[in-house]
Amino acid sequence: MERIWSMLADPNMQWIFLGCTLLGLSSGVIGCFSYLRKQSLMGDTLAHAALPGICIAFMLTGIKSIGLFLIGAGIAGIIATFGIGYITRNSKLKQDAAMGIVLSAFFGLGIVLLTLIQHGSYGNQAGLDKFLFGQAASMIASDVITMTIVCISLITICTLLFKQFKIISFDPGFARGLGYPVAFLEQLLMLLIVVAVVAGIQAVGVVLVAALLITPAVSARYWTDRLGLMVVLSGLFGAVSGAIGTWISASVSNLPTGPVTVLAATLLFVVSILFGPQRGLVAKRLLRKSVKQRYQRENELQLEGSIKKEAAL
Amino acid sequence: MIQTPAPVKSRKTAVAPLSIKNLSVAYQKKPVLRNVSFEVNEGELIGVIGPNGAGKSTLMKAALGLIPSIGGEVLVYGKPYKQQRKVIGYVPQRESVDWDFPTNALDVVLMGRYGHLGWFRRPGAKDKALALECLAKVGMADYAGRQISQLSGGQQQRVFLARALAQDAKLYFMDEPFAGVDAATEKAIITLLQELKLQGKTVIVVHHDLATVQDYFDSVLLLNVEVQGFGPTEQTFTQQLLQHTYGGRLAFLDRSLQPPSRLDGKGE
Repeated sequence: MERIWSMLADPNMQWIFLGCTLLGLSSGVIGCFSYLRKQSLMGDTLAHAALPGICIAFMLTGIKSIGLFLIGAGIAGIIATFGIGYITRNSKLKQDAAMGIVLSAFFGLGIVLLTLIQHGSYGNQAGLDKFLFGQAASMIASDVITMTIVCISLITICTLLFKQFKIISFDPGFARGLGYPVAFLEQLLMLLIVVAVVAGIQAVGVVLVAALLITPAVSARYWTDRLGLMVVLSGLFGAVSGAIGTWISASVSNLPTGPVTVLAATLLFVVSILFGPQRGLVAKRLLRKSVKQRYQRENELQLEGSIKKEAAL
Repeated sequence: MIQTPAPVKSRKTAVAPLSIKNLSVAYQKKPVLRNVSFEVNEGELIGVIGPNGAGKSTLMKAALGLIPSIGGEVLVYGKPYKQQRKVIGYVPQRESVDWDFPTNALDVVLMGRYGHLGWFRRPGAKDKALALECLAKVGMADYAGRQISQLSGGQQQRVFLARALAQDAKLYFMDEPFAGVDAATEKAIITLLQELKLQGKTVIVVHHDLATVQDYFDSVLLLNVEVQGFGPTEQTFTQQLLQHTYGGRLAFLDRSLQPPSRLDGKGE
């Protein structure tokens, strides 16, 4: 415990700790909806698509700022989703294949641009390559402030539009029948995912950031059958993962924060899939066992009863 | 006992609940619906019948504005459906959603109230009471708190019906509510349909079981891309029109086609 406090006494560390926790929180919340809409891989696609967007934003302006990167990544994300939509509509390819194509194409382009930037005459270039695997240590106060704003607005929107997000996740056809602007709401959700992804790229990196969207949401599903609680739990799991990730990487020298955060989230998932009530593997096994025992006991009782009856006769 | 309903014509209002003119829909190059026109009377149960791929579900979705049409007009009580959403209730096909969604039966029924709530308002105590009432009407009151994946197929269908009831609409669209349900659910649904009818509501049902058409519906729409026949069941549900609608695939119909008088004296 003392080590945590001593670590948190370092103001730099405080920022990183706060940043990673907020990141986990917002990814966990928005990830629930993308998981329930069976678009778990959309986060991954958007993350990979963000890389060329970020590179182009940097090449055009020469400035490294999350705000600018958000715009670049957002535009790239929109193009990627349109690309996926176009392919699925106009060919017999399914969405997973379309995502695979778009994801790798954008990522390839991103790596090419990244190499160009590194070998080009851009000043201030150090650090952009860190976007591949993330570097939480490079977070500064202004980044964390951006992240806080992102986190607060994301949670506010999800709270206000909870009803809408729930119904378009469960039954978009019915939602359309009610007159909800389903296409707009879907785009809004997509935009929120892009925002969460871009906010997380600096800390966790393009390759792993999708894990923060998927893993806490899937874990939360094991503990509850209520969407509201699931969203809260997922946010909590994400936040705890972020906190644990920062703590471990700060205590053990040279461990990268992002990957450790993802591993912490995965550990939570393993615990959830094993020990979740009702849905967990252990609970299922126990239930089956008790049902079997009860069945056998009842059978025995019945048998005894019929023997007694026969004896009485 | 349900008496044979009063003559439909007498109930006919000036404005039809649903009036469709020359509706055409195409997904690819080939039209799925071509120049579909019909007008339903208020307070009737209408069956939409036709072979697979005839465009029955498409007709429903296009009428609700869920998919774009390439031509035609849909009027609900004389106005474009976009202005009339609150009077329309919809029961989609059961397979269209993932029943493992983290929610319970009551919560799904409450979704029927969303159209009556503001953009940011959550359903309140009044909505909950109404939703419970709707669940009770389909015989599902005891299952309100049940996670929806733990319901049987028939129970899930009834939850969908309860949700449509909660919409408190005047015109209902039901996409194959009888598909794959047990006898108890079928009976619950038909009782409900009769009750809606008694309240003067209009219900349009995509239906597959030709054997029950004469028992259930006042009017039928025979559909196979184009309208093959539309009108009161006893005049429209005929061997000849059915042959026309289904092509040559109707061998079993001879048995199920019995005089419409079967309806008399047979009630729930």
